[in-house]
Amino acid sequence: MNGRQSALLTAGLAATLIAGVALSARLLVEAGTSADFTARNLAPALSHPFGTDQMGRDMLARSVTGLALSLRVGLMAAGLSVLLATFMAMVSGLGRQADRVAGFVTDAMLAMPHLMLLILLSFSLGGGTTAVIIAVAISHWPRLSRLLRAELLQVSVAPYVETSRALGRSRLFILRRHILPHLAPQMLVGFLLMFPHAILHEAGLTFLGFGLEPSRPAIGVMLSDAMRHISAGRWWLAFFPGAMLLCMVLAFEAMGSAARRLISPREAQC
Amino acid sequence: MLEARSVTIGVARRDLFRDLSLRLAPGKIMGLCGPSGSGKTTLGRVLAGLHPHRAGQILLDGLPIPRKGAHPVQYLAQAPLATMNPRWRVARVLAEAGCPEPDLVAAMSIDPDWLERFPHELSGGQLQRVSILRALTVRPRYLIADEITAPLDPISQARIWKALTDLAASHGIGILAISHDAALLGRIVTSGIEAIGARPA
Amino acid sequence: MLNVENLGIGFSRYTGLLRQEEMTRLSGVSFDLCEGEVLAVIGGSGAGKSLLAHALLGLLPPNATLRGTMSFRGRSMTPYPASLRGRRIALMAQQVSHLDPLARLGAQTRWAARRTGAAKVPDLQTLGLGPETCRLYPGQLSGGMARRALFALAGVGQPDLLIADEPTAGLDPENRDRLLALLQAHAHRGGAVILITHDLMPALPVADRVMILDEGHMCGFESSRDFKGDGMALTSPYAHALWRALPENAFLTDA
Repeated sequence: MNGRQSALLTAGLAATLIAGVALSARLLVEAGTSADFTARNLAPALSHPFGTDQMGRDMLARSVTGLALSLRVGLMAAGLSVLLATFMAMVSGLGRQADRVAGFVTDAMLAMPHLMLLILLSFSLGGGTTAVIIAVAISHWPRLSRLLRAELLQVSVAPYVETSRALGRSRLFILRRHILPHLAPQMLVGFLLMFPHAILHEAGLTFLGFGLEPSRPAIGVMLSDAMRHISAGRWWLAFFPGAMLLCMVLAFEAMGSAARRLISPREAQC
Repeated sequence: MLEARSVTIGVARRDLFRDLSLRLAPGKIMGLCGPSGSGKTTLGRVLAGLHPHRAGQILLDGLPIPRKGAHPVQYLAQAPLATMNPRWRVARVLAEAGCPEPDLVAAMSIDPDWLERFPHELSGGQLQRVSILRALTVRPRYLIADEITAPLDPISQARIWKALTDLAASHGIGILAISHDAALLGRIVTSGIEAIGARPA
Repeated sequence: MLNVENLGIGFSRYTGLLRQEEMTRLSGVSFDLCEGEVLAVIGGSGAGKSLLAHALLGLLPPNATLRGTMSFRGRSMTPYPASLRGRRIALMAQQVSHLDPLARLGAQTRWAARRTGAAKVPDLQTLGLGPETCRLYPGQLSGGMARRALFALAGVGQPDLLIADEPTAGLDPENRDRLLALLQAHAHRGGAVILITHDLMPALPVADRVMILDEGHMCGFESSRDFKGDGMALTSPYAHALWRALPENAFLTDA
C-alpha cells in the first residue's frame, strides 16, 4: 500500500466514524431524551452499554446525540472561521495599507486570551447555539489567517503570477485560477484541524455554563451534570461522553493529518 | 522601435543605472552583456514592464506602452519552470496565453506528448521551448531573452537560437539577448552588443 | 577508489489519484574513478547531474529507488554508510544558502573541523580568505569568495572524493579559473574530484575525463584531450554533436 492509499484509508475510516455518529444520532433522538424512571442510575450493562443517568435516560443515545450537536456546531464554527481567515488574508493582499490594518486586527485578536474572549463573546451574544458558533468562529480565525496571508503574499509575487499578468490576464483571473487554488489545500487542512478545537471549545463553554442551554443534549451539558454525580461513584456519566468526544476529536485530527500529508510536497509522492 | 530614454533603474534604495538609453529595432537581435550583479536582469525586466523604473521613459514606436492587455515586450526567464503554475499541465500553461498558431508550434518543435505532462516533468530545453511558444502566442513585438539557454546543453542551445533567429527575421520580432557568453552572442546578434559595466556609485 | 556499476535512479510518482508508477530519471551510469583524477560530468538542466551527486552522497529523497551498485574503496555503498558522507566523500555546495547565515565564516570552519574530526582547522589564508574575511557572515561574501569558502568547508575533513556541484555557475572567468585550479590541486594531492557542470569549455583544461549525461542517460565517456578541432577524435556520436553545437565551434544543430 502506498502513502496516498494509507492516508486516504485513514481519512476514510475517520470520516465513516464521524458520519456514523451523525447518522445514528437521528435514529436515537427519542431514546436519548425520553426519561425512564424505572431504570435510573444503572451502571453500564448489555441493555445500556454506557449506563443511564439520574432520569433513566440511556447514556449511549445521549452521548451520540450530544456529539451530533457538537458536530453541527463545529462544522458551522470552523467553516465560518475559515471564511473569515480567507477574507482577512485577501484583505492583506490588497496593498500595504490594507495589510497593515489586517495585520493589526489579527495581532490584536491573537493577543487576547483565548478562553476569556470565548466566554466574553458567548456571554454578550446571549448564549445558545448561535452565540457559541459565532464566538468560536471569531476567536479562531487569526492563526489560519496568518498562514493563508503568508501563502498568499508568497504566491502573488511568484514568477508564474507575474507572467500571467504580462500575458494580459486580469486580476480576477489570477485570483481565481492561480491564487485561490493555491490556498485551497491550506484552507481544507485548516478547516479539518480547526474542527476539533471548535468542538472542544463548545464543550468547554457549555461546561462552564456560557454555552448551549442546559436543556440541550450537549456533551458539555452532560459533562457538567456528571460532575455532581462523580462523587457518588457514577463514573460512567462522565467517562463515556468524554471518551466519545475524545474519539471524535482524534478522528478529525487523523483526517487533518492525512490531508496535510497528501498536500505536503515532500511526502506527496511517497 | 523599443526605446529606453534616459531611464533610472533601482532595486531597494540603490540605483543600478542612471540615464541609461537603449534602442532595439524590430527584427534585430541585440546582445546585452555585463558582469554578474550589474543589473542585466533588472534592465530586462524593466523593458518588459515587470519592474518599475524611477525616471525616464520606455517607449514603443515613440509612445508609452499601454497598461491593458498582453505586454508587447515579453520576458523569457533563465528558469522557465518558475514561470509556470506547478499544478497545471503544459497544455493549460500554453492555453493561458491563448491558442498557439500551428506554424509557431512547428517552429519551436513542440511534441504533442508534452502537453499532458506537468512542467517539472520536462527537461530544461523542452521547458524553455514551451515558454517561448507561450510568449509568442500573445504576438509580442519584442522578446527579452535573459540567459535563456545558459543552463542548457549546447545542442538545445543551438536549436533554440536557430529557431529564434529565424523568427526574428520572418516575424519582425526584436530580441534583446542577455548573456555572459561572448561566443554565443557573436553567433546570434544582428545589431551589436551593448555592454553594461560596473554599477555607478 | 570509486566504482559505479550500471547505476539507475527511479522516482515513484502518482499517475492517477492512487496508482503509483516509477519514473526513471537516471540509468546505465557506470564509471571508475581513481586517485588523482578529475571527472567532469556534463549535461544540461534535467540531465540528472545533481541526482548522481545526491546518490553518491546518500541524499536521495524517500520516494527514490536506486539500482545498480556503488562501492567506495571496495566497500558497498548500498545501504549508504553514514561514516562516508562529509568525511571521505564531501560535497562542495553551489550556494552560500547552504551555510548558516547567522554564523561567521571562521566559526563555521571550526565547527566543520570538529564535526569531521579533523586534526586542525584549515588555513583559509592560502585561499585568499584572510582573517578579516573570517569575520564576515555568509551573506557578506562576494561570489568568488563564497565559492572558495565553500571549497574550504568541503575540504575540511580532507575527503578522498570531492563532489563539486556547479562550482563555477555565475562566476566571472577570473574567479572561475581560480576555483577550477583549486579543484585540480585537490586531485594533484591524491584526491579525486567529480566536477558537475553544464559548461563544457572551461572544464576541459582541468578534467581528465568527461562523462556526458542527457536526459538521464550516459551518452558518452571521453578523454578531455579529444575535445579539439572538429571533434573527430571523440568516440560517441552524442559527444561529437555536442562539440559541434558549441558557439565556439560550428553552432550546428544536426544532432
